[in-house]
Amino acid sequence: MTELADRIKGVIDEEPVVLFMKGTPQFAMCGNSSRALEALRAQGAPVTAVDIMRDPSIRQELQEMSGWPTIPQVFVKGELVGGADITQELAESGELKQLLEDKLGAGYADGAEERVVDVLSGTTA
Amino acid sequence: MAVDRLESLLRDAFPDAPELSVEDRTGGGDHFQVTVASTRFEGLSLLDQHRLVNEALAEPLRDGTIHELRIKTKGTA
Repeated sequence: MTELADRIKGVIDEEPVVLFMKGTPQFAMCGNSSRALEALRAQGAPVTAVDIMRDPSIRQELQEMSGWPTIPQVFVKGELVGGADITQELAESGELKQLLEDKLGAGYADGAEERVVDVLSGTTA
Repeated sequence: MAVDRLESLLRDAFPDAPELSVEDRTGGGDHFQVTVASTRFEGLSLLDQHRLVNEALAEPLRDGTIHELRIKTKGTA
């Protein structure tokens, strides 16, 4: 595994909620990335974002790992939830909140913060 | 036309679909909304339902025809 793939896997495995998106939560570069982010925000989820636009290799490695062809991709506790449409549908039906509670515990939203992880260097903003 | 190509790929993958549509959301031929109803979705999670659609559209997803894809899947019941 490449160092980059290793870091991506590390983020997926270690962060409770990961959103691979185009841009950052402060400046989303794509409507679908915004929709997934807003659906997660509406549940008060602790979102760790990875901007795949930083380098094309991020998307390549991620797709290979998840088998999912499009961006955004949402992971909860290491497991792929889906893209923007699934995340939004699950949010609207209440299933996303349920999933977050089941996987992270009922208090998952307490003190939840948004973070951005740079998988190229391994640093957090 | 990309819409026709996508529709025919989906029709091949979901020949029984009572509802199947591809909409060019922006008119630019690369942002699409696809809606599919099929018995193939029954008993599957939303994730696996979308996987089937992504698989049917693997080629246009890979070659860049599809820049943005929105998917709505439904059962037939």
